[in-house]
Amino acid sequence: MTPINLIVLSFVLFTIGAVGVLVRRNAIVMFMCVELMLNAANLAFVTFARMHGNLDGQIAAFFVMVVAAAEVVVGLAIIVSIFRTRRTASVDDANLLKY
Amino acid sequence: MNSQLLAQSAVQAPHIEYGQLAPMLIVFGLAIAGVLVEAFVPRRARSAVHAPLTLVGLAAAFVATVLQAGTHHVAAEGAVGVDGPTLFIQGTIIALAFVSSLLIAERRPDTSAFVSDAASVPGTQEERESLVAGDVQTEVYPLTMFAVGGMLLFPAANDLLTMFVALEVLSLPLYVLCGLARRRRLLSQEAAVKYFLLGAFSSAFFLYGIAMVYGFAGSIRLSEIALAVSHSGGNETLLLLGLALLGMGLLFKLGAVPFHSWKPDVYQGAPTPITALMGSCTVVAAFGALLRVLYVGFGGMQWDWRPFMWGIAILTMVIGAIVAITQADVKRMLAYSSIAHAGFVLTGVIASSSQGLSSTLFYLVAYGFTTVGAFAIVTLVRDAAGEANHLSRWAGLGRRSPLVAGIFAFFLLAFAGIPLTSGFTGKFAVFAAAVAGGATPLVIVGVLSSAVAAFFYVRVIVVMFFSDPNPDGPTVAAPSLLTGAAVAVGVAVTLVLGVLPQPALDLAANAAAGLFVR
Repeated sequence: MTPINLIVLSFVLFTIGAVGVLVRRNAIVMFMCVELMLNAANLAFVTFARMHGNLDGQIAAFFVMVVAAAEVVVGLAIIVSIFRTRRTASVDDANLLKY
Repeated sequence: MNSQLLAQSAVQAPHIEYGQLAPMLIVFGLAIAGVLVEAFVPRRARSAVHAPLTLVGLAAAFVATVLQAGTHHVAAEGAVGVDGPTLFIQGTIIALAFVSSLLIAERRPDTSAFVSDAASVPGTQEERESLVAGDVQTEVYPLTMFAVGGMLLFPAANDLLTMFVALEVLSLPLYVLCGLARRRRLLSQEAAVKYFLLGAFSSAFFLYGIAMVYGFAGSIRLSEIALAVSHSGGNETLLLLGLALLGMGLLFKLGAVPFHSWKPDVYQGAPTPITALMGSCTVVAAFGALLRVLYVGFGGMQWDWRPFMWGIAILTMVIGAIVAITQADVKRMLAYSSIAHAGFVLTGVIASSSQGLSSTLFYLVAYGFTTVGAFAIVTLVRDAAGEANHLSRWAGLGRRSPLVAGIFAFFLLAFAGIPLTSGFTGKFAVFAAAVAGGATPLVIVGVLSSAVAAFFYVRVIVVMFFSDPNPDGPTVAAPSLLTGAAVAVGVAVTLVLGVLPQPALDLAANAAAGLFVR
């Protein structure tokens, strides 16, 4: 399998994630789509590292994994707190702040 | 092959220039000390320990920054660039964080901005009990310090991975801090969710942009990217795609149109001291990072990014100024004003010269201090439900408490760019740099949208001074020493930079003269 196929796969994953954030209503699902985008970036990093024959991309992938884990902690805490208040995780119902 | 290499040469310990990294190390050390205070100091005593620790630590970090003046060096094995513009930006961030911390440290139960128990559901018995017990969520201090540490690293990052990590270190604590308002907790939590989802979305774009640029250049170091750009033989598509995605992430952080929609909601919902921190420090840090990326990494492809930045600057100035006219909430209005100001600063960024850089630096200082001062005034105008943010509630404030209304009017005039305030000097500097850089049409749009913006600033002044006070209107809380000091610093800097701007302009010009280290 040539590396370029993996780059195409990474594009596809990133696009699925980005479209998912835009069309889904549930905050948790939106958040999972963001994680998909981060993982698509990881795949691109690792593939490019292989193509260029250096380690920068692989190191980047490790850092991204750590950052994604930290983001999960903060994100779920915020989403759970608003869920406990409103009994829903739908982003359409969070409509007090507008205009 | 790599394992052979490793076997041949002994592993060398990285060379870390601790002195040059001191400002960041001190602030991160403060954050960790804050966590330890949370763990070991009894609940009642925590605020009393945190506040002096934070203020003294920030002062020490400021001194450490000043001591580095004149450094022009890539530190920490190429990960962090320490140079004139970076040190200037770091000093500005630390000073603004110090003033914001004065507001955060405001801890009297009736005027504290922060929730008593963030885990309790609003409106429940649990929440009432913690309110009666007089609890406060003191985790605010270490969270703020982590965010400030990230802000210091963000403009200094010399490779894109460090920049991404710094972006997350500054963003994650801010997402949490947004949700910690004491009053109107539903709004506050909603602001936190919106900021988090949009912020995570934008940083995913930023990261994918880094991956694309890495694919083009084979390195994430800005200097090597610049080299690859100048010897462009690789796949240009990857480079352009990467730069676009990277720019999207950065422009989101500074709230440029069309990536601005989070700003009014988050500024309105967040606790006001945190809004002051975001409105000043985050914007400064984001501009610092944008400047470094555009000047160091992609300076060689100015002709590719310039037209887009022109468009974004024009949209940001015009939409920020026009939409602000219809706002009825003071914090929302200041948020749109902050969007318009981001557009004004962008005109200085686009000039891409040493003059553009120095005028941008000056503008950021001037704007940051005025913003913190204005939000400090917002914390003072209160009624039974907390801060009275609706503009109609401010009617006649000038008759009831002329001093507070007068100071707020002064800040608004500075935002509008009236002479003898820092706003005028700042705008003059960036517009002059833009004209010198051949961006005259941009300056014309800038001046016109300044005129539109002046309309809504003056409208607030008219509401405050020329309408009758509401009988059950808000009262102005007597400012405590801390809030009073924050307001005083805001007024002093706004006035001094307006009347006697030359020393600060010279300082910015000196800092910018060496440009960024590569």
